[in-house]
Amino acid sequence: MTDALVTFTDVWKSYGQGEAQVHALAGVDLAIRKGEFVAIMGPSGSGKSTSMNIIGCLDTPTSGRHGFLSVDAGRLDRTQRAVLRNLYIGFVFQGYNLLPRTTAAENVELPLIYRGMPAGERRNAAMQALAQVGLGGREHHTPAELSGGQQQRVAIARAIVTRPTLLVADEPTGNLDTQRSHEIMELLTGLNRDEGLTIAMVTHEGDIASYADRTISFLDGKIASQGYEMESA
Amino acid sequence: MLWETIRLALRSVRRNAMRSVLTLLGIVIGVAAVIAMVTIGSGTTAKVREDISKLGSNLLVVRAARPDRSGNSNFTVRRLEQKDLDVLNKHLDDVRAVSGESQSQVRIVYGAQNTAAQVTGTDTEYFTARDWTVSLGRAFTEQEVRGGTGVCLIGQTIRTQFFGSGDPLDEIIRVGKTSCRIIGTLGSKGYTGFGQDQDNLVLMPLTTFQRRIAGNRYIDTIYVSVNDGASTTQAVADVSAIMREARGIQPTRDDNFEVRDMTQIADAMTSATTAMTGMLGAVAGVSLLVGGIGIMNIMLVSVTERTREIGIRLAIGAHEKDILIQFLVEATVLSLLGGLLGIALGLGLAGGAASFLAIPFAPSATIILIAVVFSALIGMVFGFFPALRGARLNPIDALRHE
Repeated sequence: MTDALVTFTDVWKSYGQGEAQVHALAGVDLAIRKGEFVAIMGPSGSGKSTSMNIIGCLDTPTSGRHGFLSVDAGRLDRTQRAVLRNLYIGFVFQGYNLLPRTTAAENVELPLIYRGMPAGERRNAAMQALAQVGLGGREHHTPAELSGGQQQRVAIARAIVTRPTLLVADEPTGNLDTQRSHEIMELLTGLNRDEGLTIAMVTHEGDIASYADRTISFLDGKIASQGYEMESA
Repeated sequence: MLWETIRLALRSVRRNAMRSVLTLLGIVIGVAAVIAMVTIGSGTTAKVREDISKLGSNLLVVRAARPDRSGNSNFTVRRLEQKDLDVLNKHLDDVRAVSGESQSQVRIVYGAQNTAAQVTGTDTEYFTARDWTVSLGRAFTEQEVRGGTGVCLIGQTIRTQFFGSGDPLDEIIRVGKTSCRIIGTLGSKGYTGFGQDQDNLVLMPLTTFQRRIAGNRYIDTIYVSVNDGASTTQAVADVSAIMREARGIQPTRDDNFEVRDMTQIADAMTSATTAMTGMLGAVAGVSLLVGGIGIMNIMLVSVTERTREIGIRLAIGAHEKDILIQFLVEATVLSLLGGLLGIALGLGLAGGAASFLAIPFAPSATIILIAVVFSALIGMVFGFFPALRGARLNPIDALRHE
């Protein structure tokens, strides 16, 4: 597995001390290859959100190794992880998480601001990303003026404007109706297929998970299934 | 990037306009108080200096020394009298005029009108010593001074009040319990640096004043006007020597009089203003402290309200320092805005006061600059803790925040 982008080696994530200690992750091994589209499923409390936070470099394991792009991301400090996220990871959340009262274009520009990109370049990149998600002409709308589906497209544009290596999506269709959900999934699948964008997506809906190449299932802080059946076939 | 942050901060302030303005009141009031006080203070000082330079720096003022409150004075209290004036007149060379003056605030009446005025008893030399001109009629004569005649000159304020544009000469006015005939009017001098109307005055012969108004033989002040080019320091020494000799003061004893030149008096007056400014400065300081706490409070609210936003920013790659700077800039912009409003308000107040008190409007660039820097500093200092709190948030928790 030389082309692995994300690797977990015996990853534990524990909270609390002694008797009251809870293991959100209890020895997880996984690998996500470059260009792969992986769905992560599991009941609540199974550890899927915790592992997503670690995959997104928002959190670090208590023990074990979290490899990202051949670095031991678990050993990086807050600032180093911020740099890593800014350069290589895009985020899409269930609640869209756009800045309110801020236009679509400005929302999309946000990660580029923290890269120190000049305003002109930033604006162009944002316009391009918005066009790519099918929102050309809506650059100056604020989130309140956009539908849920459109807001999620803005969020996707914000995630891809930095040309990331990995897209982390946390229940991206959780707040959308069936039709919008499928539109968003078409968009993500297209990005995976055409741009080679690696996607790790948490979901609890089977038909949404079916868009992915494989599904990793969590149960009680451990992986119940790595979902390699497609490959072995 | 910084410009970006400033724009962001301005937008956030504008979005919560009402809240921002209320938060800023402390800063606005504090800065306005400082600016107004310092501007009025320096206007007053300028006016006092101007008045004194008009009087001429070659004027000496002699007064009886007052016992200090502890009662340990090493002199015998003795008020000034005619013989002090005579001995100075006799022995001083190189002086233009030596003049005695006694004053009292007295009610004066003409027909059905009455007003309170400064009534001054003096001699013929007074006009030279204090630089008064006679605009109508004449000054009093040596004979009138010696004889204690009931004649007087009136200042422009009284003239206008009692006679309008009519002729005041030879009219009789009541001054306290006595009356006098107006023989002339004085040229106008306007207001002093402390807002006192110098033209609200009645001038009469010293003897008349002593007998009919004061009921004693004392003189409050002796003015010595030194010739141009003569040394005031020398003159002060001469006056002291003559007075000590005439009053028979033993070498071991202190002067029971004081001689001061106008520069010293100007300093005394200015220091009174400075003391007042200092006191109000302290009040303003408290107000600024309260304003700073207000800013800290509102920034804490702002950070809490925008926890989710902070989470988003941290997730997509903002560093701790980016968030810190964002909220620090916001606090600084907020308090700087307060400072600017305060400066505008303070200058407005000072301008109003200046025209009301007839003093020069003297805004100081230095103090305005200090106010700007200081209000920015308040924002940084009091905004730091809330900003740090925002910057230290865990992105996962912040994103989960409702």
